[in-house]
Amino acid sequence: MALSIDDLNNLQLDVLREIGNIGAGNAATALAKMLNKKVDMDVPKVKILEFKDVNDILGGADIEVIGILLSVTGDLTGNIMFILELKAARVLVNILMGMPPEDATPFSDIELSALKEIGNILSGSYLSALSMLTNLNIMPSIPDIAIDMAGAILSVPAIEFGKVGDTVLYIETEFQEGSTKVVGDFFLVPDVESYDTLLKALGVIL
Amino acid sequence: MENVIKVGMADLAAAGHPGILTTLGLGSCVGIALYDSTSKIIGLAHVMLPSSLQAKNNSNIAKFADTAIVKLVDDMMKMGARRDHIVAKLAGGAQMFSFNQTSDMMKIGLRNAISAKEKLVELKIPIIAEDTGGNYGRTIELYSNDGRLVIKTIGHGIKQI
Repeated sequence: MALSIDDLNNLQLDVLREIGNIGAGNAATALAKMLNKKVDMDVPKVKILEFKDVNDILGGADIEVIGILLSVTGDLTGNIMFILELKAARVLVNILMGMPPEDATPFSDIELSALKEIGNILSGSYLSALSMLTNLNIMPSIPDIAIDMAGAILSVPAIEFGKVGDTVLYIETEFQEGSTKVVGDFFLVPDVESYDTLLKALGVIL
Repeated sequence: MENVIKVGMADLAAAGHPGILTTLGLGSCVGIALYDSTSKIIGLAHVMLPSSLQAKNNSNIAKFADTAIVKLVDDMMKMGARRDHIVAKLAGGAQMFSFNQTSDMMKIGLRNAISAKEKLVELKIPIIAEDTGGNYGRTIELYSNDGRLVIKTIGHGIKQI
């Protein structure tokens, strides 16, 4: 049976929240190593939204965001997407590349490549938490990046969720480095057939 | 701006004159804009998936190209539009990520656009303009006074069809 987000019970949501917590924790550690700075993190929020509200996720459908998408194969198939505001991405890249914090020029190829790597490492650490918790073999692909309107980028995971239900589930994570806050959202989008696999592996299928 | 109605994802709306319908940040979704020049009644749908027949849960008719168009035409006719006066314009259906693979997920924009066209042909609604495909998002505005569709992008300019 294909399960939809709309049908998840509280226990299942708690488990997903915990995955988000551990995954984002790993991601924060990875980010700290990469930036060589202390990175703090808030408890991630698992959010479920109806499609009509999806466009408000990052502060409006037409603000510019960066989406980093990886497809996932193995026991679990699907996609994982990490989205962050353009401003936040600029902050991360400036720290990583040793640029002045106020630099706001369009991203160069090497900076885009650095961003892909950030997305890669963050998504990778998230996925390895998931893999450890579930004992499932999960292999991410190389990342792909898009910079565009939030609504347009969000339509990619939203459409995948749309195949099974009318809501989107995502995990909002807030990283903090010094006085800089960076909000990023993870969308784990299992293929329709993989929901059961995931919830079974977590021991919460009823 | 006067009488602007926002249409969300998997949503649709019809409006009379003077009205403006807008949908923000179309990616792989397709915006279907309908216009009756005689009554100046407009309709806009923001669909996510090509066909309700392929989905297990198809209760949300604004989500699918096939069912949304039928509902939108119906709503417009209830407001006084005439079926044989309605024309269509399409926008969106982009491929936001360029993954070098032929997976289902990547072609969804194209399939959305094709399905919308098929339904419009079936209903004998002429498609007079379109701006679909590409790899970028679009914000669109449909005006009731002349049926123009304004398309805004980031880095790909503004156009009117």
